[in-house]
Amino acid sequence: MRYMDDAVVMKRMAKRITFNKVWKSLFFAATAFALVALAILLYRIVSQGAGYLTFDFLTNFASRFANKAGIKAALIGSLWLMAVVAPVSIILGVGTAVYLEEYAKKNKLNDFIRMNISNLAGVPSIVFGLLGLTIFVRMLGLGKSVLAAGFTMSLLILPVIIVAAQEAIRAVPNEQREASYGMGATKWQTILRVVLPAAIPGILTGSILALSRAIGETAPLVVIGIPVILQFLPNSLLSQFTALPMQIYDWAKRPQEAFQYVAAAGILVLMVVLLLMNSIAIFIRNKFQKRY
Amino acid sequence: MKKWKYLTMTAVMGSALMLGACGKDDATQNGSTGDTSTQETAGQESADKKLQGAVAGDGSSTVAPIIEAVVEEYAGAQPDVKVSVGVSGTGGGFEKFIAGETDFSNASRPIKDEEKAKLDEAGIAFTELALAYDGLSVVVNPENDWAKDLTVDQLKKIWIEDGTEKKWSDIDPSWPAEKIVFYSPGTDSGTYDYFDEVILDGADLAKTATLSEDDNMLVQGVAGDKNAIGFFGYAYYLENKDKLAIVKIDGVEPTGDTIQSGEYKPLSRPLFTYVKNSAMKDNAAAYDFIKYTIENAGAMADAVGYVALPEEKYQEALTTLEGLK
Repeated sequence: MRYMDDAVVMKRMAKRITFNKVWKSLFFAATAFALVALAILLYRIVSQGAGYLTFDFLTNFASRFANKAGIKAALIGSLWLMAVVAPVSIILGVGTAVYLEEYAKKNKLNDFIRMNISNLAGVPSIVFGLLGLTIFVRMLGLGKSVLAAGFTMSLLILPVIIVAAQEAIRAVPNEQREASYGMGATKWQTILRVVLPAAIPGILTGSILALSRAIGETAPLVVIGIPVILQFLPNSLLSQFTALPMQIYDWAKRPQEAFQYVAAAGILVLMVVLLLMNSIAIFIRNKFQKRY
Repeated sequence: MKKWKYLTMTAVMGSALMLGACGKDDATQNGSTGDTSTQETAGQESADKKLQGAVAGDGSSTVAPIIEAVVEEYAGAQPDVKVSVGVSGTGGGFEKFIAGETDFSNASRPIKDEEKAKLDEAGIAFTELALAYDGLSVVVNPENDWAKDLTVDQLKKIWIEDGTEKKWSDIDPSWPAEKIVFYSPGTDSGTYDYFDEVILDGADLAKTATLSEDDNMLVQGVAGDKNAIGFFGYAYYLENKDKLAIVKIDGVEPTGDTIQSGEYKPLSRPLFTYVKNSAMKDNAAAYDFIKYTIENAGAMADAVGYVALPEEKYQEALTTLEGLK
């Protein structure tokens, strides 16, 4: 017995194929839009900045002459900033996630905490800048130092890391924990030797993506009042410093056209740093993911 | 488990290597700048002792190019003095000056009474030092062939907010009946404050104006619209002469000469730095840097598109500074 009538199917087939094609091309256009925008951006930045991207550009301090201007202070400053942000935010973030997933009981208070961490992830970065200015720069008297900016940035990306780490810890199969307990392990031993190693790819991927955000973030640094004009490198956590996005913004505002190209070269440096960080995240994910 | 350890080790070693590399870089750089500065300054400054210390400043983005140039030169003369200058705008700079976070604050307008009051309250005594002149330049699109020469009154009529959508023909009936498009620096800038003060006597500026902290946006805006008018620092006009048409004010065009002599008025304005008296007294590095700034501000101002003060004004400023020591 046949359930389908060929004639009816054939009659509607052309219409359905067209319908399908229209939607397919629409979705392709949506994808292409983002890709084209990226390609134009890359082309513009590379064509403008490549000429100024020399070895001297990496080893010189900023200058009033476009051809002598360099990004050294900002590049090293950003690395110092990351050296504070990475340990502070990862330790606090993973600690919070372990508490929330492994220790915290399911009650109203902890639900409230969870909800607010998600809310915190949506707070605009400039608000964190004001917080950092009030607490770290003024109340704790850290000044416009690497440490003050690093703490502010850590707060900014903390919710992202917590959420990523929570997801990663939650994804560890419960059977593994039970097996560990069954072998006589304590709760702490289970977390340290079973749960965290299994969750590490997810935690690190999330953390590095969050750090990439921190390195490109400008608003909190502007609010804190990080200096732009300086000719020295930080030598301690309490040194003043400048960072890549601040330096790029400063160049982009200059009246001389040549500085627009210098800014483009600065953007290239920032993008290379970002791409490096993101590829580390991908590398870690691929290397450690095939556990089960 | 092994991978976990391997990963930790890699991370630790990686960061150690990275910081190590930075440290080395730092050391070689210091060494080389030290060498060059001894060569360059061997003749003229061998008598001066090398200073150490830190100087912090903040303030106007208009003054920033001059200060950047001075800081660059100063790093050659005194490599161990760490000068750091932020660019938070005139108002933002004063806010930090009042909070006691900076030794000097750059400003593209004179200090306001309310800022003075707050400084008094905080117990911070300060001194005003002029660094250079800037000619606030009013510009229109090159295709605009009617507004070539405006009086201050016309300028006021154009820019003031009176609740109507103004057309060029409202200012002068012989001009086209097209809507005026406004471009102005942002409200946190001293440039905005100064223009508002001298042209509009503090009244509101046209609400339809596009405000931007980035003066290059204003340049592009005016260059792209036949009915546009905008204003910004002289340096931005100098760099974009081919895209813009300058407006004469009461028949005077802003040039180096007319700005310095004050003939271009009322939009020729001095650029200042405000120094904290106690810092000049107690911090030898800060005093030395400000002295260096005044001595070199004229040359640096010319180099970055501003106009130097007459020489005697710099001498006066040096005498004033001497008195603070």
